[in-house]
Order: sequence, then structure tokens, then C-alpha cells
Amino acid sequence: MEVFGWGRYPRQQAALLLPRSARELPQLLEQGAGIAAGMHRSYGDSALAERVFSSRAMNHFLAFNEATGELRCEAGVTLADIMDAFIPRGWFLPVVPGTRFVSVGGAIASDIHGKNHHLDGCFSQHLRSLTLMQASGEQFVCSPSENPELFHATCGGMGLTGIITEATLLLRRQAAADVEQTTYKADSLEQALALFENNPDASYSVAWIDCLASGRKQGRSLVMLGEHASAGGARQQPGQKLSVPVDMPRLLLNRYSIAAFNSLYFHRQRQHCATRRVSYDSYFFPLDGISQWNRLYGRQGFVQYQCVLPKATARQGLSKLLDAINRHGAGSFLAVLKLFGAANENYLSFPQEGYTLAVDFKVEDSLWEFLDQLDRQVLDCGGRVYLAKDARLSEKMFKQMYPSWERLAEVRALTGADKRFSSRQSQRLGI
Amino acid sequence: MRHILIIGASSAIAERFARLQAVKGERLFLLARDPERLSTLAADLRVRGAAAVEVATLDVDNLEQHGDTIAAAWQTLGKVDITLVAHGTLPDQRHCERDQREMLAALQTNATATLSLLTELANRMEQQGSGSIAVISSVAGDRGRQSNYVYGAAKAAVNVFVQGLQNRLASSGVQVLLIKPGFVDTPMTRDFPKGPLWVQPEVVAKGIAKAIERGRHEVYLPGFWRLIMLVIRLVPTTIFKRLKL
Repeated sequence: MEVFGWGRYPRQQAALLLPRSARELPQLLEQGAGIAAGMHRSYGDSALAERVFSSRAMNHFLAFNEATGELRCEAGVTLADIMDAFIPRGWFLPVVPGTRFVSVGGAIASDIHGKNHHLDGCFSQHLRSLTLMQASGEQFVCSPSENPELFHATCGGMGLTGIITEATLLLRRQAAADVEQTTYKADSLEQALALFENNPDASYSVAWIDCLASGRKQGRSLVMLGEHASAGGARQQPGQKLSVPVDMPRLLLNRYSIAAFNSLYFHRQRQHCATRRVSYDSYFFPLDGISQWNRLYGRQGFVQYQCVLPKATARQGLSKLLDAINRHGAGSFLAVLKLFGAANENYLSFPQEGYTLAVDFKVEDSLWEFLDQLDRQVLDCGGRVYLAKDARLSEKMFKQMYPSWERLAEVRALTGADKRFSSRQSQRLGI
Repeated sequence: MRHILIIGASSAIAERFARLQAVKGERLFLLARDPERLSTLAADLRVRGAAAVEVATLDVDNLEQHGDTIAAAWQTLGKVDITLVAHGTLPDQRHCERDQREMLAALQTNATATLSLLTELANRMEQQGSGSIAVISSVAGDRGRQSNYVYGAAKAAVNVFVQGLQNRLASSGVQVLLIKPGFVDTPMTRDFPKGPLWVQPEVVAKGIAKAIERGRHEVYLPGFWRLIMLVIRLVPTTIFKRLKL
């Protein structure tokens, strides 16, 4: 069958293997190489290979400690499952990405971040441990203190060290389900960055940025800060009220429609600053309410380009990126800007202290050279590109952006993972 | 707190149903073939909030085991509020046509074993004078068609047997619910191409829970299958036998 990531580009004919427990994996591993996959929410080709070990059926909770908040579960459990089960009991996940439909295994393999990286870091920084099955079929428990090299190679390691079968996460106590959201209208990139700088203690922050606005309006955004509400608000079951059941025509999202949408979206708030109480799901997972929104980009799919620029070069660097995006004439209907805190010790983890920008681009012939150009700008600024969103980064660029790639390669060679675990992405990146 | 017995507990629909009950804090007794899978299931349900989860292995094809296994479940639980009969296999129709033994095996698991279990269950529930027996059948039992009539025949046997039980137990205080799912995306149907009529097992599990609450005797899940099967049943045989359904 055909498998593909959230961007629906590229696509791959694959045998999708569905073991019901870790017990079934060694035999599947003996039969040949492949890559593990969870919910296929990575955008590009990180979970594409001829054989895909899906964790979908390994979706059980194994143990929960009410006193410490430690949850042990199989790697196919989704963050949505965890939230549905535990938010009503007064717990939440310290780090959540923009969608709740990712698996625990995927969250670790991409070392995901959320709207609170500046305070709380990545998903892996709230793990007690993970269990990894290596090429041999043997399982190893890994943590910062046990098999630390394997831990740091696996978190953010895009499935290239083996198959994550289980993990123990630390949940955090949280009484109320709602979020107090304060939205600022920033008329320019300067203002948006200033808002981030002036609110370093905001529990959550994110900016929806109009990447097609130019001149003095360049970088105008809605900056949304969030704090957990102190009480009240039982979480309503989030539904998917809208859906995009079929691929939209290529022309639907074009320079003009996107610019118009962005304008409307920017002006939906009249006041310069407004605070309101919103549901957990609408602050953290706004797009989850639209089922299959990725189809808006049409059958040929899209690529998300997410990069991070260090603080020192961010102001200039972001401005140059926005210039380039504007000149190119294509861009997404909402780009996202977030503040990152310090990097962690994982070899291929993406975040570093600075600002991250994520933009969607429709797949078309002129895209590849354009993104190569953006790569050069990002590299010049001392930044890098996020592998979980990537579908086309070159080996040369990758190795310059992630100097610790060699440590991952060593671990792969030592454990035999290089013979058993690879994806189209890993082949392209030369790991 | 209710006591719930599930036969074929590791099937996808049964698992989702068990999860719904666990969240409500019910007590569960699970029967399935594989002890390791049972233990993983039990752990999951306990985390979700089940008051207690007990397990026992049962291979439904071992008919002699039925009496003792069910007796043990009753011994442990004392009283059973809901029994869900959820085991089953989906035989390869073409293989069954060529191989008599495979056809008989399919009938054994999907009809004989079910009827045998129901015989035990009906007697115990009748004695108890309360509770619900919910049996997962299929729309396939509503009319035989060339693509799956071995499975359909087994389910048809279950349907008539259950109708009989409904009649027998009407005044005994026991609810007997016949569940007819349509196309469900589970490991059992893994090899089938999926289309718009397909649903996730969660949807069916929720439908079962609702139907039990409402005291129904028959439910198609999702509901639109009732209309589809009505039409299918009404097509005259002269026409139907020429279709490629």
C-alpha cells in the first residue's frame, strides 16, 4: 500500500506491518530492514521505507503511579489517548506539539517540542526511560543514566537506532483544563519579537505570522501567550467539526487567496491586546478540529519548512527569510513563530536557543531550488532545519547543520542499526 | 459497579468496549487465547480505571472447556451484569470453498463455539434473573452472498439462535442483544481495501454500550446498515443471484 507523511509528499509503496506486541517484532526484523512509524504525522519521508513497522496496534497503557505521575505505556499510545484518559483525572503532558495525534514513539523519535520549549524543553526531557528494540531483536532500557548514549541517539534519532517499544513518561498535575489566552496584535516582526522577549515567563507562547506581508508590515502576527486556568472548565470531548474529505484543486491555495486569508486572520482581533479563556484543545491543537486539513494543498501535497535561528542572528535572519518567501510568491496560510530555550544533549534534536519559523509550501517545480536557498540562509545564520518536517534537505546541508550526526552514525554502526533501520530520509541524508 | 464478562477479549471491538467500561470503574473478567496479550490488556484496563480485572485463557474451539471456564468466571464474579460474546475469525471464502476442513473450522469457531457458549450463558443468566448478553454477529448473516457465505452462514446460525434466546428469556429479566456491525477496520479485516463505509472499532464499541443501556434487542452498527441490509434482503433472488456482491 501507499504510505506518506502529513505533507503527502513524497509517497512510497510499502508493506505496512502491524505487530500486536513487541513479541512479534524480532521475527519481522529478521525478514528485512525497515523503519518504525506511529501516526505518520511527520511531514516528509522520515517514516517511509519499503517496510514500515507500525506501532498502531501496540497501544496499551501498562502502569500509572498516582503519587509520581509516571505513566508507562507502549509506544503506539497516542498523546490524544493520554490526554483523554488523564486530563479528567487532573494530569497533563508537560510538552505537547501542535497536534494531539502523534504516538509516544514518534514524539520521542522526533524529540518534539511545544509552545513552552523556552521553559520546559523537549518531550524527551520529561521521560524517565524508554525501551528500544535493536536490530538483534533484543530490548534495552535507556535513560539519561542507563545506556545514555543510546538514549541521546534515540531521542530525536528519527527511528534510526531501532524500534521504541515502550516508554515511561512523567505527567504533570494540572487542575483545570482551560487556558487563559492573551493575544497581542504585533504590526511587525520587531513588535512580535519584542513581545516574546518581554514575556519570558509566559508558560506558553506562539505567534501566527503573516509570512506574505511585506514592507513595514513584514512579520505582522498574532502573538498568543497562554497560562493554565487555575480552576474550573471540564474538558469537552474535542470533535472534528470540519473536514476536508477530498483533495482540493491545486489552485485553491495561491498567493492571493493566502494573502487574503492572512489579512482576515490578522484583523480578526480588533484590539491590540485581548485576553480570553479558551479550551485546552483550541489553544494547543487548533488545527486538529479540521480533519485532514493537509488536503487543502491538493493531491501533489506540500512541504513544511521549519528552521531555527540563534538569538543573535534571528532578527536579521528572519527578516531575510521573510523577504525571500515574499519574492518567491508562495507561502502558507499561517506560518508559526516560536521562542526556543537551550538545546539538550540529544544528537539530532532540533531546538536551540533562538526563534523557530515554520512555513508550508505547496509542492511545485520551483520549490526545490528555493528551499536550497533558504537552507543556505539558515546555515549562514548558524541555524538548522527540523527533520520531522523535512522532505528534501541535502546530505551536505544536514551534516553541516547537525555536527553530532557522526555520533548517531557511530551508534548505528555499533548496534547494527545501520543494516536494519533506514528511511528514505536517512538514505538521502547519508546516515 | 458492574461485573462484565468478555469472551474474545483481545478482539479489536471487545478491547474498545472493555476500555469504555474501565473508565466507568467497572469490574472486568476477560477470556482470550493468549495469556500474554490478556496480561497487557488487563494492565491497560487497570490504568484506565477498572475496579478490578481478572483473566483466564479460553480457546473457544475447545468446546469441552466452555462449561468449566464459565463456571470459574461466575465463581469469581459472583454475579454477571453484562456478557459480551466477541470472539471470531474471518475465514478466507475461496479457501473454504476448496477445503472442507477449513470450512468446518470456520463454522466451529463462528457458529458452534458461539452457540455452545450461549447455552451455558443463557442458563446462568436465567438463573440469575438479570443482566445482559450481547452477541457480536454481522450484517453478513442477513443474506448469503458469494463473497462470504461461509462466514455469513455461521452468523446466520447465531442470529436465529439468539432470536430464540430472546424469546425464551423475555420474561426472565435478561436482555439479549444481537449486534450486527458492518465494515469495521480491525486486524481481522486488515487485508481488505477500506472505503467510506468503513468505521473504527471505537464507533462500534460505543454503539454496543449505548444499545445495552437502552435495552435494545438488535442493533446495526453504524445505524445506516439497517437500511442497506433491508434493501439487500428485499432484492429478488432472480436478480440477487446474478450480482457480484
